[in-house]
Amino acid sequence: MADNILEVKHLKKYFKTNRGTLHAVDDVNFSIRKGETLGLVGESGCGKSTIGRLILGLHSATSGEILFNGQDICRMDAQQMHSMRRQMQIIFQDPFSSLNPRMSISEIIGEPLIIHKIVSSRAELDKRVLELMDVVGLSQRLENSYPHELDGGRRQRVGIARALSLTPQFIMCDEPVSSLDVSIQAQVLNLLKDLQAEFGLTYLFITHDLSVVKYFSDKIAVMYLGQLVETADSDELFRNTLHPYSQALLSAIPEPRAHHKMQRVKLTGELTSPINPEPGCRFAKRCLYAAPYCTGQDPVLQDFGGNHFCACFRAEELREEAAGAAE
Amino acid sequence: MNFMTTTTVKRRKKKSQFVMVWERLKQNRLAVAGLVILSIIVLAAVFANLLFDYEAMAVRQNASIRLNPPSSEHWLGTDEVGRDILARIVFGARVSLPVAFATILIAAVIGGLLGAIAGYGSRTADNVIMRIMDMFLAIPSTLLAIAIVATLGSSIRNLLIAIAVSNIPPFARIIRSSVITIRNEEFIEAAQAIGASDKRIIFKHILPNAMAPMIVQATMCIAGSVLSIASLSFLGLGIQPPTPEWGSMLSNGRQYIRVAWWVCTFPGIAIMLTILSLNLLGDGLRDALDPKLKN
Repeated sequence: MADNILEVKHLKKYFKTNRGTLHAVDDVNFSIRKGETLGLVGESGCGKSTIGRLILGLHSATSGEILFNGQDICRMDAQQMHSMRRQMQIIFQDPFSSLNPRMSISEIIGEPLIIHKIVSSRAELDKRVLELMDVVGLSQRLENSYPHELDGGRRQRVGIARALSLTPQFIMCDEPVSSLDVSIQAQVLNLLKDLQAEFGLTYLFITHDLSVVKYFSDKIAVMYLGQLVETADSDELFRNTLHPYSQALLSAIPEPRAHHKMQRVKLTGELTSPINPEPGCRFAKRCLYAAPYCTGQDPVLQDFGGNHFCACFRAEELREEAAGAAE
Repeated sequence: MNFMTTTTVKRRKKKSQFVMVWERLKQNRLAVAGLVILSIIVLAAVFANLLFDYEAMAVRQNASIRLNPPSSEHWLGTDEVGRDILARIVFGARVSLPVAFATILIAAVIGGLLGAIAGYGSRTADNVIMRIMDMFLAIPSTLLAIAIVATLGSSIRNLLIAIAVSNIPPFARIIRSSVITIRNEEFIEAAQAIGASDKRIIFKHILPNAMAPMIVQATMCIAGSVLSIASLSFLGLGIQPPTPEWGSMLSNGRQYIRVAWWVCTFPGIAIMLTILSLNLLGDGLRDALDPKLKN
């Protein structure tokens, strides 16, 4: 589709380790439309951050394509990649380690402008930096402060300002709020929403916190051990969860009601090792509904209508079962 | 209300890095003490010609006043051939200090660059550089320096090369290890994401954060370098007599310590004060260069 800003096709990233090949990202496909937010959800170590790093060219993919506005990022030389970086930026998870402790706030925000030669004079640089600080809600008096003098929320705003400085079309948010206090989380999320509305940004929002994506994303992709297990529009996924893993994740969201008894789907067992995985559904070992035929061959994403895809051999069956039980 | 309209946003004044470091250094009393002592030694060395007559006081031998104790005429006494010890110490500073500083400057720059390349570059580069450094480290540094001076001949230039070379490996190792730690920090990834070049990442992001251990190492190495010059001079491979040099004064005076304690004590105190002041200053500088420790 022409309005897809980002298309990821058969993306694979394997790391060689001493014990074998680690399949961090294994044949992942998705696309994001302009101005949309895709929430990428999954537990720690499932490869969601690796996908982000691949898209930004911080790692090189083992195979597959990443099309950004139709151009394949994986096949770009250094020069093309350099100019591509103006179009896409990243906001990091930890605002404590993602800011250079020896640089002042204005230096950090201004650095991309210097690198990409966007400003021609010192005065223009200062002006632009102050504008950016204003946009993200940082007081001008912090201009010459250092990161350690700010609290987490303010630091994350610095990180956002740095990402915005190149006026990108696409921003990858790698768990941007998970290291912040809950009260600050809301502020930062609201800021990101406002910025999206103001600048028409497209986000890839990586998180392990489903309550955040519910509020934030248009589409959600659930990931398990390097593979996508379910993708759907945000509302659809919450209303009509198909994959057993997604169901378990959703059931873990706390309900803000005093007498509500949570019906949790508890997962037992360890995360399967991503090193040299056996063929078959990778979730099978922890799945409550696993059947013998779940192992042996990889499940593929099946269309369940209305942009809802799920990779589970028993999804159809389970849906009917659930419908039967409800009657 | 009136005051509301007149209130302007108070912006912290932008100061240059140098001014900021200086202001922080000033608050550290010990560092200031170190700076004062070092300045006195440096000034004395610079203006040595105005203070003493080199020929008459520091070089000419005069048996009639040999081993005189400290007096109003010779403040720190005279040595075994009747030379004024104070004058020789002051002129000795002209040799020890510049050579010591120069060797460490050379060692820090070369070692720092090698370490940065080893830490940030490819695994092959790392292996090649660090194995060569290991080879140098395997030879005792004094022995290495002796070997270099013995091959090249003894002159101040060769002395400088010898001590600098033997000091490169520790610098390379220290910088490499801090570079490796810092390389994995998220802000390096952030710098890559905004398209910073490798050169910019090394010089702007990694090295400033790796400076602290390097400065400490440098101040300690200057002290070690003063001692290396002294030991090489003692072995006859460094500064040639009669040029006054702290180390050779110390070792010459060693024989007379029972009858004339001042001959070796005062050069020793001179070495100690220099090293102490450098260490105090180094500690202060390390703290002053770190914005996290501000105020």
